[in-house]
Amino acid sequence: MRAPNAVLSLRGVTRRFGGLVAVNDMSFDVTEHEVMGLIGPNGSGKSTTLNLISGALAPNAGTISLRGTPISQLPAQDIARKGVARTFQLVRLLPSMTVLDNVKAGAVFGHRRRWGAEADDHAMAMLEKVGLGRHAFAVPSQLTYIDTKRVELARVLASDPKILLLDEWLAGLNPTELGQGIDLIRALREEGRTIILVEHVMDAIRSLCDACVVMASGSKIAEGTPEAVLSDPEVIRAYLGDDDA
Amino acid sequence: MKRDAWQDLALGAVLLAVAACLPWFGGSYWLSIGVTIAMYTVLATSWALFSGPTHYISLATAAFFGIGTYTTGLGIDHLPYWVLLPIAGVLGAVLAGLVGLATLRLSGVYFVIFTLGLAELVRQIITWVQNFSGQKGLYVLTDITEADIYWQLLGLAGLVFLGGWAIGRSRLGFALRIIGDDETVARHSGINTARAKVILFMVPGAVAAIAGAILAPRYVYIEPLLAFTPMLSFQVVIMALLGGTGRLWGPLVGVIPFTFLWEAISASFPNQTTLLLGLCFLLIVYLLPKGFVGLIESVRRWARNREGYA
Repeated sequence: MRAPNAVLSLRGVTRRFGGLVAVNDMSFDVTEHEVMGLIGPNGSGKSTTLNLISGALAPNAGTISLRGTPISQLPAQDIARKGVARTFQLVRLLPSMTVLDNVKAGAVFGHRRRWGAEADDHAMAMLEKVGLGRHAFAVPSQLTYIDTKRVELARVLASDPKILLLDEWLAGLNPTELGQGIDLIRALREEGRTIILVEHVMDAIRSLCDACVVMASGSKIAEGTPEAVLSDPEVIRAYLGDDDA
Repeated sequence: MKRDAWQDLALGAVLLAVAACLPWFGGSYWLSIGVTIAMYTVLATSWALFSGPTHYISLATAAFFGIGTYTTGLGIDHLPYWVLLPIAGVLGAVLAGLVGLATLRLSGVYFVIFTLGLAELVRQIITWVQNFSGQKGLYVLTDITEADIYWQLLGLAGLVFLGGWAIGRSRLGFALRIIGDDETVARHSGINTARAKVILFMVPGAVAAIAGAILAPRYVYIEPLLAFTPMLSFQVVIMALLGGTGRLWGPLVGVIPFTFLWEAISASFPNQTTLLLGLCFLLIVYLLPKGFVGLIESVRRWARNREGYA
């Protein structure tokens, strides 16, 4: 059964690539204001799951619903418009446009659609929120790595999403940046945003997530609070292998 | 609206008014050059409206142009001339819409080949139909003068610039810039990329068809090979790239020098035009990948930097 206040629900979601089952019968709910961590070893199907939710790929079976409305067969642009916004594992910015215009893309075409001064103001507010206000008129090639990630986050926030999908948003940051990145996501969490984090950084998962779903080889192997799943013997085996391996 | 926006519009109107005086001051030679420049300005600017932001190279200009020419050729005896122009525009837009729906989901080289083939396909169909009637071509006999044609093309150019200016400020224009940069981001930001591209592709389709309809009386006798000449599609691409597609006025600064260059080539080397056209294409792509617009902007940047160090 769907949790009564679920924002996003997956039921039996499966995706095959030829003979490989990348995502196998995944089911979970994300409730309102929840930060859900989607974790697992490399190649376990986390990013594919995110791609299925955002509409980059369509599932072969199962349903994904947003507040009870099925979205699993919709194209990506319709899913985005309904309020699912994502970042990309490899940051994707619009290289010919200013930072502000990059963020405006979310403000103009996203879940709530703005135009003109309203879109500019909103995009600027989102840039301030991620701490990039003074770089509004720079172009992406002038930014440091974490700042490009901030721009992408601001673009996603600018669309007023009902749910945010962050695909390894903290990956590749140095220790100082990592601290800043975690603070930024914590601030979003405190605003009451609903977020799915695909992440490898365990500190971030412990300090940010309300709940975790652990995947291995395309299937869900554990679900619960971060403390519970990270001490689950099955999860440890999935990450580190068997004792006698 | 901002003040500089009004200035752009006013400047455009003044330039158009100055250009409109040509028939009273230039002789017939200059008028014929003027018609050529106006025609290619219309075609290259509308071409760049779509191909500039999306990077889709369309070679379908001749297909739309020929449709327009034939609209006038077939309709001139039955309908008033002024009705033919909008009909040509609608036909061009509809054809572009159909082509767009069929091909814009594909990208890159497939689109180029398809658009090149389209002009040839339409030409062959018309030739085939003409076999039944036994005609080789059509006479377009009107009392429309060269100056009338010139003014109509200028008016159309004005509309294209106004339309391009408006699109550049619209959500559609913004969507196309995003699509040109990264289509995946565009889709995931909520942009219906296929629809935006099809809508914009209809603009050069309609404009080229109207231009063809306007120019038909100039040819007097039209036949498929003339109306659908692939050379036209290539010249439009070369001129637009020579000028640069990053700015609305970019193609214009490519059209003017290229028209004179072309005049010189056709006069001096009438038998090697295609060869020299190819050479021009190579030179432009190698030496001026961003066209005159890119050149002007890098000179400006260089000057600004020099000032900064001085």
